[in-house]
Amino acid sequence: MEKNKTAALREQILRASGVNPKKCMRCGKCSGTCPAYDEMEYHPHQFVYMVETGNIEPLLHSESVYKCLSCFACVERCPRGVEPAKLIEALCAAVTRPQGANHMTPDDIPALLDEDLPQQAIVSALRKYMK
Amino acid sequence: MKFSYFPGCTLKTKAKQLDVYARKCAEVLGITLEEIPAWQCCGGVFNASRDEIASKLSAVRALSAARDAGQPLVSVCSACHNVIKQTNAAMQDDGEFASHVNHYLTQPGQGQAEPYYGETEVYHYLELLRDVVGFDKVKAAVKHPLTGKKIGAYYGCLLLRPSGVMAMDDPENPQILEDFIRAIGGEPVIYAMRNECCGGYMTLEDKALAAKKSTAVLDNASVNGADLLVTACPLCKYNLDKNGKNDLPVVYFTELLAEALGIKE
Repeated sequence: MEKNKTAALREQILRASGVNPKKCMRCGKCSGTCPAYDEMEYHPHQFVYMVETGNIEPLLHSESVYKCLSCFACVERCPRGVEPAKLIEALCAAVTRPQGANHMTPDDIPALLDEDLPQQAIVSALRKYMK
Repeated sequence: MKFSYFPGCTLKTKAKQLDVYARKCAEVLGITLEEIPAWQCCGGVFNASRDEIASKLSAVRALSAARDAGQPLVSVCSACHNVIKQTNAAMQDDGEFASHVNHYLTQPGQGQAEPYYGETEVYHYLELLRDVVGFDKVKAAVKHPLTGKKIGAYYGCLLLRPSGVMAMDDPENPQILEDFIRAIGGEPVIYAMRNECCGGYMTLEDKALAAKKSTAVLDNASVNGADLLVTACPLCKYNLDKNGKNDLPVVYFTELLAEALGIKE
């Protein structure tokens, strides 16, 4: 059963992201340019390799899926056009979409506010962290 | 010339200077910005997952409203522009996605919506200045040039990337903001971090990360001699002002434009 779950998830992530991890030549440029690198347990190049080999389970339980800043630096700078951010986005969606699995909800927001915080920050965070 | 205008949530609240001066300057430069009626928040970040529909509907509604008005669509906020332009590209290139989205376009009490397939031309306000007005005309309209001001352009991420879709400028060596700074009489300062991330929405979860990223940008600009930075993004401005450990002032590019055109209050 576990094998079926992983295979189905892998197929869904590849289709939703449009990423072909086999294009990766493991140069590590994506991770080298990632502004959230220091905060990640698994780094962009590891996301690509782990999805390619079907080792997806650890990614689903790692905070790393929430660390992507959507800055698209890895997408822009990958010499092979792999687009790791799209893969991480699809994984993040897979993690947050089940019932009750939101990483952040509107109830969390009041405690995080300050008088200057732009609405854009709240909208963006909820877009990333909530289904 | 008339354009449909999408201001976005933050331009109506924390970033009024970005909106108000964009409108006033457009009038002076012969551009009419017509705000889209009943626009909805763009979503803040484009969801790169192709099976994600709901969070992209508001952008499609804005795009189809502009199409129905027969006008290109303009926004000033980097985030709105990024979401709208990436969504428009998805509506053009991904037929499966577009077909799903079009099921949801009709809103209660508004009659059947015309299906949308990415017909609208999307501009950022800076592109309007460069490609429609022309920086030479902007320069000619300047009454109070910012002579002697050393200004660093802060592009951040959203204006430039992904460049295949955004197509505003060279993503690693952009010049549109520098050309803008020259047009209003200032002296652009080039620095390495001008297209690196400020920390974005991570400020909510991890202030330390936002502080690290923002400070690196500000320090790099200061070391290269900038007196101030310009941005088109309210979240960049917030991070640089609030989380960055460096007092370098950060202003919206529309404020400087208004100052140069002599219409700033």
